[in-house]
Amino acid sequence: MTTSIPLPTEAPATVGATVRATINGREVEVGSGTTVLEAAHACGVSIPTLCHHPDLIDVGVCRVCVVEVAGQKNLQPSCVFPITEELEVSTHTPRVAAARRDIIDLLLSEHCGDCRTCARNGTCELQDLAADYGVDHYRFGQRTEPVFVRDDTGPSIVFDPDKCILCLRCVRTCAELQGVWALGVTGRGAGVRVTTFADLPLSSEFCINCGQCLNRCPTAALTAVDVTARVRAALEDPRKHVVIQTAPAPRAALGEEFGLPPGTPVTWQLNTALRELGFDKVFDTTFAADLTIIEEGVELIERLYHALVLGEPDTALPMFTSCSPGWVKFLEHGFPEYLPHLSTCKSPQQMFGTLIKTWYADRNGLDPADVVSVALMPCVAKKFEASRPELTDSGFADVDLVLTARELAKMLRQQGIDLPSEPTSDFDDPFGTATGSGVIFGATGGVMEAALRTVLELVTGEPVEDLYAHADITPVRGFDDVRLVELTIPDAVGPVPSLLADLVPDWDWLRGVTLRVAVAHGTATARRVVEDIRAGGRFAGCHFIEFMACPGGCLGGGGQPIPTSLEIRKARARAIYAEDAAYGKAGHARKSHENPAVQRLYAELLTDGPGGATSHRLLHTGYTARGTFLPTGQKG
Amino acid sequence: MTIRTPLTLATVHPDKGLRAALGQAPIEVLEEVDRSGIRGRGGAGFSTGLKWRLASEAPAPDGRRHVVCNADEGEPGTVKDRALLSELPDLVLEGMTIAAWAIGANNGVVYLRGEYVYLRDGLEDCLARRRASGLLGHDILGTPGFDFDIHIRLGSGAYVCGEETALLESLEGRRGEPRNRFPYPVVRGLDQAPTIVNNVETLAWVPAIMARGADWFAGIGTPGSTGPKLLSISGDVARRGVYEFPFGVTVRELLEASGGEDAHAVVVGGACGVCVPAVDFAREISYEEISTGGAIIVLGPGRDLLDVAENFLEFFVDESCGQCTPCRLGNPVLLEGVRSLRRGECTAERLGELQHLGRTMQDASKCGLGQTSPNFFLSLVDRFGPEIIDRIPV
Amino acid sequence: MAMQLDLPDTVAEEGAELVAAIDDIVARHGAKRGELLPILQDLLAERGEISDLAMQVVADRLGAAPSEVQGVVTFYSFLGVEKRGRHVIRLCHTLSCVMAGTRDVAAALEDELGIPFGGTTPDGMFTLEWANCIGMCSTPPALLLDAEALGGVTPAHVREVIAALRAEGVHG
Repeated sequence: MTTSIPLPTEAPATVGATVRATINGREVEVGSGTTVLEAAHACGVSIPTLCHHPDLIDVGVCRVCVVEVAGQKNLQPSCVFPITEELEVSTHTPRVAAARRDIIDLLLSEHCGDCRTCARNGTCELQDLAADYGVDHYRFGQRTEPVFVRDDTGPSIVFDPDKCILCLRCVRTCAELQGVWALGVTGRGAGVRVTTFADLPLSSEFCINCGQCLNRCPTAALTAVDVTARVRAALEDPRKHVVIQTAPAPRAALGEEFGLPPGTPVTWQLNTALRELGFDKVFDTTFAADLTIIEEGVELIERLYHALVLGEPDTALPMFTSCSPGWVKFLEHGFPEYLPHLSTCKSPQQMFGTLIKTWYADRNGLDPADVVSVALMPCVAKKFEASRPELTDSGFADVDLVLTARELAKMLRQQGIDLPSEPTSDFDDPFGTATGSGVIFGATGGVMEAALRTVLELVTGEPVEDLYAHADITPVRGFDDVRLVELTIPDAVGPVPSLLADLVPDWDWLRGVTLRVAVAHGTATARRVVEDIRAGGRFAGCHFIEFMACPGGCLGGGGQPIPTSLEIRKARARAIYAEDAAYGKAGHARKSHENPAVQRLYAELLTDGPGGATSHRLLHTGYTARGTFLPTGQKG
Repeated sequence: MTIRTPLTLATVHPDKGLRAALGQAPIEVLEEVDRSGIRGRGGAGFSTGLKWRLASEAPAPDGRRHVVCNADEGEPGTVKDRALLSELPDLVLEGMTIAAWAIGANNGVVYLRGEYVYLRDGLEDCLARRRASGLLGHDILGTPGFDFDIHIRLGSGAYVCGEETALLESLEGRRGEPRNRFPYPVVRGLDQAPTIVNNVETLAWVPAIMARGADWFAGIGTPGSTGPKLLSISGDVARRGVYEFPFGVTVRELLEASGGEDAHAVVVGGACGVCVPAVDFAREISYEEISTGGAIIVLGPGRDLLDVAENFLEFFVDESCGQCTPCRLGNPVLLEGVRSLRRGECTAERLGELQHLGRTMQDASKCGLGQTSPNFFLSLVDRFGPEIIDRIPV
Repeated sequence: MAMQLDLPDTVAEEGAELVAAIDDIVARHGAKRGELLPILQDLLAERGEISDLAMQVVADRLGAAPSEVQGVVTFYSFLGVEKRGRHVIRLCHTLSCVMAGTRDVAAALEDELGIPFGGTTPDGMFTLEWANCIGMCSTPPALLLDAEALGGVTPAHVREVIAALRAEGVHG
């Protein structure tokens, strides 16, 4: 009943011909066109790089990866030298080492700053190279005074051009992966810089705060706004009741900060660690993810009903997910005319924030003014989202402070907490119960899968496990840029559950209907999909599309541990799907609508049901058409 | 005008080369050009015949191939392309047309540097005349199916756009940043299509080769550097201007011809060239010996070579595209080094570090600009040791 | 062409003439990314400036990002975001010219115009810039006056040229 629609892809690289290369005396057989760098890695030879990043198209500008290639007069950049015939390469001769040392010294000559006070001290690729190549003094000088203005005015990202080494990984990330182009290159020669348009602060730009640039920056030129001091101050303030919600994606990645291989979940150790840090309550964001699914699933059903039954042609379909704040701002800038397509549901972080300062505070006799709501997120755009003026339905900021995985790791280390060796413990009630559906929100396709599990079960009245083994709707999973899937609703539909009785009289109108859904991640992909919709292409016929700003979804977020690569993101995804599967094995709920805490919430607070007035007051929001004009003070 | 010797090119009968080429199959034209041994006259010296053959053999999925004339003559001290474009523009355009026939191109572009904007109208007139005469456009000279036209694109002030891949980037509306070596433009050049980029002078010689035969051309010059070469001689000489010599001419012969016999040193190749001391004036100008695109700047007695080095390095600091580390950051360091030499503050150890850096820039820069930018400085230290050593504090 | 760049009303009103001028230029060359340089050249020639708003409008028309257009504008010496005077004087400062007396000519130009290199006279008449080799090494020192190359210039000569242009500006 489910069909994946094949989408046109780039022609695959020519397969077939292989060539032999000898690298430092080691022979290796590789496909024709493989770069020297790739071939070297394949035979265990490590070549230093700076401008190379596995997610990006190589540009060969830093020249750190140069090697000797037999028959070539000059040193050749291994990242962009394709092997198409038998080749002999030497990667670490004295000539190569001497050139690299010169290049590193040159980079250091305009890299302004003190390693000891730097946010990337210990994780800086330039620092590592300097150590590896024996830099013991600044041969070509060192800039001691900054010459540029540091942009730390935004809620998410800090840009310090004085630390930039012009590897252009950020510029390429912003353009290639994200299709945003907030960062560009200006000037020429010694005056080349990475800048925004008209040197505007990033917060005044198209920048969507996704933080993908800073996840790929080798130095501290781009970093995330750090709120650890503010969190610590709150924890130390005896008048404050400090709660934290933790999202599934950082739980699947935090272990990397403590030496664990990617894909090692630390969810339950983290609960203990957070209590040791002094948090009064530790909640699971997946509760709010389940709540989002109910609200968003109902919104989808409503839109479908209006379009298919009431025949309202203006119904905004396909409906777009709204839980990725980078994606939301991307749409607000680039495609404001499509804002009606965005689900009005707040993101799980913000739903949770509202509930903490209303329902939770109320039930526990707390003054919401004294509640500090912290969120552990894989995301730096969540910092921006928390600062959005409209997200204050509790009368206060729904969420006060957003910590990235990296910030939390730093706090834990400062506290002497070795996360992997912490004892395990559960989340706190009343938001302690989660489902597997909430967990998979962290991976691209997860929101869609969670929504489908619930919608299919509510409509057919059958356990979704009878339709998909273990409720795994695998066609929407994976890492292809965009997946398009058709599902046909069976002819046999069930009764409308009481929760939805006010919404639709029956499901008969969905009998045999083919639902078309799609999943896209990375805003460069999102741009292609929305442009396709605008052009009336294949995605225009979709009913529901999940968009995630970051490649891989939340698990590849800008707040996650550095470095990132497709392999690392796949490993994190495995951890997330394993946690989902574990819910099933342990007999816990894997579907959002089965979450007992969510059910209780509808019984006690949201008594007018999903999509009802209370829900709309607390859990839904609106958007701002930001458009494409950048005000620079000039009129022309 | 500034032309000081009779030009062979001025004696080439208009359109004779093109008619000869159209009387042959494209493959025969490729062979003829190849047999002439002509190499790129912008300075890099790549075999023109090979370049054309590679472009003709490269698959062109949408049937498009391009001929680009590199009229971005920006090397300090070079005026020979300007002379050709103003005095003999037909020859250049005819050469492009022959190239188009040989490689199967339908589109031609003259990338004229912004500084030469004053040549544009003349070139446009020439193009219009050629179109009116059936030398451009559809079925050129009655050859069915041979459609080719040329348009002019103006640069906007960037020396690096003389590098052929930077030129292509500029033509595509981007920053003139050189591409990586692979794929070569003959495979994927302008708009991803097979493209040849040839220097103005190279293209101007093509009609002569087709009209008089490859043997004639190959019989001039040296075995590795065939044909006559246009050279621009400037600086401390009595008669500045454009000269034609066969390859193999010595530096001394150039000085004699131009009235610069008392030269202290000669810059061969412009800012990216080398500084030749008097003891080497018997050396030849050729791809094998001292290679140049055509810039000869004569430095008379009393000229401070460090002034020259400073001038050239200031040029490169400004004109580097700035994308690769050795060139972007190396040139400012060399410039500061030369200034410290002039101030008498550069130690011998420092000078050694600068030489090392210069060699790294030659070895590891991304394109020809960075690779050649330290040439003058290095040749100075290498060939004028005593003059430099005098400036080092004891 | 459909207007996608959503200018706020205030800007749209003041910028309407600029937008119309850009649309004319774009129409002349075709709305293709590869035509960016000719479009920018014409824009600068017509208006003496490539403003922030102009870059945004051009980017929008060619389907590029403003940051990309800015990258191109700031790469080429003959473009740039600075406002140019009605006449641009570019004095060659490469070796062959410098050896033949560029410095004296430069001093005369700065003195006569009262501005340093890189500057524009307050009346918007002249912009003074350096140029790298303009292919006039046979007749140094040389300069570009707008689209015209002048060789063998002297301090006295450039003062005359400026005086003539000033007179033209007053009467013309």
